Amino acid sequence: MFRWPGREQPLVFPDISLAAGEHLFLHGPSGTGKSTLLGLLAGMQTPQTGSISLLGQQTSAMRAGARDRFRADHMGVIFQQFNLVPYLSALANVTLPCRLSALRRARADRHPDTAASELLKELGIPESHWHHGVTELSIGQQQRVAAARALIGAPEIILADEPTSALDTDNRDRFLDLLLTLARERQCSVVFVSHDRSLASHFHHQLALGGTP
Amino acid sequence: MSKVRLALSLATASLWYRRKVLALVCLTLALSVTLLLGIQYLRTEVRQSFTSTISGTDLIVGARSGQLNLLLYSVFHIGDATNNIRWSTYQKLAQDKRIDWVVPVSLGDSYRGYRVVSTNAQFIERFRYGNDQPLELTTGHWFTGLFDVVLGAGVARQLNHQAGDRVVLSHGGGRTSFANHTDLPFTVSGILAPTGTPVDQAVYISLEAMEAIHVGWESGIALPGRTLTEEKAKTRSFEPDAITAAFIGLDKPILTFQLQRELNQYREEPLSAILPGVALSELWRMMGQFEKALLGISAFVVITSLTGLVAVLLTIQAQRQQEVAVLRATGAPPILIASLYSFECVVLALAASALALLLGAGAIAGLGPWLLEQYGIQIGLRGLNRAEWLLLGLVPVAAFVVSLLPALRSWQKSRKLGFAGSGG
Repeated sequence: MFRWPGREQPLVFPDISLAAGEHLFLHGPSGTGKSTLLGLLAGMQTPQTGSISLLGQQTSAMRAGARDRFRADHMGVIFQQFNLVPYLSALANVTLPCRLSALRRARADRHPDTAASELLKELGIPESHWHHGVTELSIGQQQRVAAARALIGAPEIILADEPTSALDTDNRDRFLDLLLTLARERQCSVVFVSHDRSLASHFHHQLALGGTP
Repeated sequence: MSKVRLALSLATASLWYRRKVLALVCLTLALSVTLLLGIQYLRTEVRQSFTSTISGTDLIVGARSGQLNLLLYSVFHIGDATNNIRWSTYQKLAQDKRIDWVVPVSLGDSYRGYRVVSTNAQFIERFRYGNDQPLELTTGHWFTGLFDVVLGAGVARQLNHQAGDRVVLSHGGGRTSFANHTDLPFTVSGILAPTGTPVDQAVYISLEAMEAIHVGWESGIALPGRTLTEEKAKTRSFEPDAITAAFIGLDKPILTFQLQRELNQYREEPLSAILPGVALSELWRMMGQFEKALLGISAFVVITSLTGLVAVLLTIQAQRQQEVAVLRATGAPPILIASLYSFECVVLALAASALALLLGAGAIAGLGPWLLEQYGIQIGLRGLNRAEWLLLGLVPVAAFVVSLLPALRSWQKSRKLGFAGSGG
């Protein structure tokens, strides 16, 4: 259970458990706490009651600093939009997790720039865009750069908050394919939030939020 | 350590990204730092130049008066002497074995507002200013003939005189005088090089010439028939009765205090002997309050522009929510977000300080010769002294302190930040 400060109504979530390497699709109407659940999983908030265990560690009991470190080490995050640091190049945006976490850097297995270049290539970002400001990229390209950032250093968990809602159908399917394929290669679990239920078939599990508390 | 490097590289990238907005703030800060540093620099220079208005002179002797009064009329030509010294006293001083040299000066007349200093050849030979610099002539030579006059650099520039010009001195001080020595005009024999001292603002004639032009003026005005003509004057020899003051140089400077005491207790007439260095510092202490106020004002200007910088950073903060959300989601701790603001502020201040150094050096190098030429103020380029480096170093420190405000705000906000920038 989690209650935002200043709001009467607490959000209550069902018990969720996900095996390593499996993907979960979360859907539900807005206001049902999809993003809040991702925030709790990411360790940016802690639940008032209940607990969260990830990779065998009870993250909800950790201190704020330890949760930040856990997120840097084990999680990749993709937002709906504005995913990138505007003043960094595409490549620098992708290598950001390696600079924040020694573990991610070590797992990238070679120089972060090389790992990032490979990911960007696989995600179809033209090489001419790698060293330029990310504001020149299209929305679809920005989302794919964000996916590369989430995937670099093979984190165990990827949290994606409606990453396809700003994309057209072609881009959406391509994005999802690429994300899930690359995640599978790295044995990442993807927790994917969307209100577009047609995407659910790509995932091992699906869960509807919005049950009344 | 790698976090600090990350924060630094993010901060510089962010500054570069926002360079158009921040360039103006940086320029404002740079200008105010230039002002602060410039005033501190000029303070040192002006004090240096002021306290070395006269150097190499061990004692100044005049009629009994306060040391500031004596200093003001003998060196700065401000105000009037309380009394004269007898010529016999001067001769005794000149013969004293402890004394190396004596430069007599007699004041009283003026030339279009500039003081006439009557002296002898010892003046050009012995007078020193600044760092023991002797006087030099840009054109012509020191007076040799009875009616030769040498002009200070400022006088020649202001009145546009060249060597060979004929000038008429006035009786007494003041810009407009009704009593002029019209029948005995002088010829400009030389012009002194600029020194940045009161020497530039005076004209120099011989003691004999001073006597010659005052023959027949005993009652204060020229009595017709009693004054001399040029031809008559040149055939006579003159010896003054009195002089106004004397600059003294000693063989052994260690005897300065002994001689000063003796002169102050001189039995034949009341004298005052002063140490020019001591009197100059006392005078500077009196005027020093003003420059301190000026420095204080410029410090406030810097504080004002730092406040402006923080205001801009706080405004930018609102535009940075997405970026902060991304960094937080990637695992950046709140302290890293906060440190971005401090780093950016300090880097900006360092850039502004460097720019201020360049601006200041450029201004001094560019304006220095012009200042000396136009105003007789000598300001040259030199390395910064410790106080100036300290002042400059305080700018990034102050920038860091003021950056704590936006840093603390962003630290608090980013701690409460939810997923994708919601909440908080």
